[in-house]
Amino acid sequence: MVNQAVCSKMPQQKHEILRAVNIQQMILQKKSESMKSDTETFKFKFNNRLQDIVLLGLNHKTADVELRECIGFSKDEADAALQRFQESPLISEIILLSTCNRVEILIAAPDSSQAVETAKKYISESKNIPVSEFEDALYVYTGDDAVRHIFKVASSLDSMVVGEPQILGQLKDAYQTATAKKTSGVILNRLLHKTFFVAKRVRTETGIGDHAVSISYAAIELGRKIFGTLEGKKVLLIGAGEMAELAVEHLIRHRSGKIFVANRTFERGLELASQFQGTAIRFEEITDSLCEVDIIISSTGAQDFVIKREQVKKIMRLRKNRPLFFIDIAVPRDIDPEINQLSNIYVYDIDDLKDVIDENIEDRNREAVKAERIIEEAVIRFRQWYESLNVVPTIKALRQKIWGIAEAEMKKTMNQSLNHLAPDDSQAVWRMVNAMVNKVLHDPTIFLKNDGCHGSKSVYLDAARKLFKLDEE
Amino acid sequence: METLIIFTILLYILSTISYFAYLFIQKDNLYRIGFYILTAGFVTHSILIGTAFMNTGSIPVHNLHQTLSMVGWVLTGSFIVFHLRFNLRILGIYTAPMASCIMIVSSRLPIEPAQINNTFKSFWVIFHVIIIFLGEAAFALACGVGILYLFQENAIKTKKRGFFFKRLPSLDMLDNTGYACIVTGFTLVTMGLITGFLYANAIWGRFWSWDPKEIWSGISWLFYAALLHARLASGWRGKKSAIMSIIGFFVLLFTFLGVNLLFKGHHGEFTQW
Repeated sequence: MVNQAVCSKMPQQKHEILRAVNIQQMILQKKSESMKSDTETFKFKFNNRLQDIVLLGLNHKTADVELRECIGFSKDEADAALQRFQESPLISEIILLSTCNRVEILIAAPDSSQAVETAKKYISESKNIPVSEFEDALYVYTGDDAVRHIFKVASSLDSMVVGEPQILGQLKDAYQTATAKKTSGVILNRLLHKTFFVAKRVRTETGIGDHAVSISYAAIELGRKIFGTLEGKKVLLIGAGEMAELAVEHLIRHRSGKIFVANRTFERGLELASQFQGTAIRFEEITDSLCEVDIIISSTGAQDFVIKREQVKKIMRLRKNRPLFFIDIAVPRDIDPEINQLSNIYVYDIDDLKDVIDENIEDRNREAVKAERIIEEAVIRFRQWYESLNVVPTIKALRQKIWGIAEAEMKKTMNQSLNHLAPDDSQAVWRMVNAMVNKVLHDPTIFLKNDGCHGSKSVYLDAARKLFKLDEE
Repeated sequence: METLIIFTILLYILSTISYFAYLFIQKDNLYRIGFYILTAGFVTHSILIGTAFMNTGSIPVHNLHQTLSMVGWVLTGSFIVFHLRFNLRILGIYTAPMASCIMIVSSRLPIEPAQINNTFKSFWVIFHVIIIFLGEAAFALACGVGILYLFQENAIKTKKRGFFFKRLPSLDMLDNTGYACIVTGFTLVTMGLITGFLYANAIWGRFWSWDPKEIWSGISWLFYAALLHARLASGWRGKKSAIMSIIGFFVLLFTFLGVNLLFKGHHGEFTQW
């Protein structure tokens, strides 16, 4: 009996459910049509133009060092420039980066061409150079290209030495100055944060900065592969040369041990030794000192070998075969290359080091391809955010979010607590929810669409997006 | 039991894959995964060895199947300890495949029921066998480190740096780790030989009986003693030391397997099949 009763009720219940679903679909369709017409109306009604992102500048590839020196901004000059640009109605936001290899101005402005002209004019006036003298060296990027360029700069893909880490610090300083002077706003803040994030990703996910690309760093990289750590390793510098001195300085920075300096002129040797807080030895003492030291950097102007195979062979027994690393930067060479044949001794001359560098540069370039992919992905993501700052997509996203929540909650309640409602009642509840959503959204929509936004509309749009968590990231 | 053997082999193989992936991709997570899987393999392997020990009351080295399994277990355990001490993570590309191969060969050999001899149940035999195996495992690791040293040294010496240069640690670290392995191995093997002599005297009434195994054990011991002496006295380090570690391990391998299979003698039953 009970079963029969249940069975007889089934078609009626099924019918009611189907009706309720139809009503729901009808309301959804209406809602969607209403949103569509709203969107179209907005398109015609508001021509809310986004700020253009524009980057102009010159770097080591486009301008020679004299021009870069002339155009370069000192800290005080950069502060003054930011102040001046802030006063200009043609520029909304600005960041100025000035290093020895590049001067770049990143701008958010209502009109990119006017902003570029303003910047050029300012450079010309403040540096006292006619625009025609630097115009050819200038590059101007707008939109995606500007974003891509700043990502590349921060990731050190646009540097003279790909992968060098200094540029990121310089860019961070430039941004800090801009925030202190309050010349960056919603757009450039977001762009710069994204830039730092991209640069970090590039550094951690690619091997772009892994390998040494200068003579002294290559020598240190090799030294580490021989000795593990350079800490406490004693160094002998033979002769004086800029590159050798640089290598010693790098070794000291890596906490190498005592420094010995041997020079033909003892006086010059003493001078160098005091520079490195080391000990000067006479040229004749080199062989004896080989028992003590671990790394020998040689760069004399001698025509013949300064250290020969036999000299070294003798001392290896006394050293109990502890490894010796010769870095021969001299041309012609100071160290007999035959020494490399002996056990536990490693001789690298200038060509060998250059080969190491070339190989490392190749590695970096290979890694740069991976970095480009990361950057391209970031450019697309930034553009999506940037476009979302327009009024229409924000309002659309807002409606979708609120309606999505209301719909999900309604469905849950209808299926659980209100499943006994007659179709007419159910329809009434759905209508009420629809009306509530529209009324809740009415004021914010009017505020964003109309003149409620005083000043930069992007600030309010960005706030709205953050408040309702409209961006996925 | 067989399921446990298969499971252990599977874990060792997975660890090998992880370590090789680490060698190529150089992501730290990969070596960590490799190490954890290898440790898991070592745990299951320990259960295997422990069960065999509980069943017979003696150390499970009654046939080649068991002996090889014991070798694999001791090698893996020694690597785990060395890894924790020296953090020479790349050595996993040597140990994990070696443990896998040893276990695969062991599993393919017939599992004869152990003929329990009371002489196996003595504490001194257990101590002698375990300590000798541990020493030999340390020598095996020294060989692995020596191979890595030769790769790295060749890269630096010939100035053709290539694949291994950036993947392998410094020569200094490899040399020191190899030396530590040899010192540990030598100490353990010496202790193992002494306990062996004492036990032989207790059972057969003589310390030394010119058994081929004894002779070759003596040769191996002298080889490593000479290597250590040369290092301490005249600084035999680096390439020479690495080459000698590799040769020493082959001498040891012959002492362990070759002598038993070719010359027989009173250790022959360990490698019966």
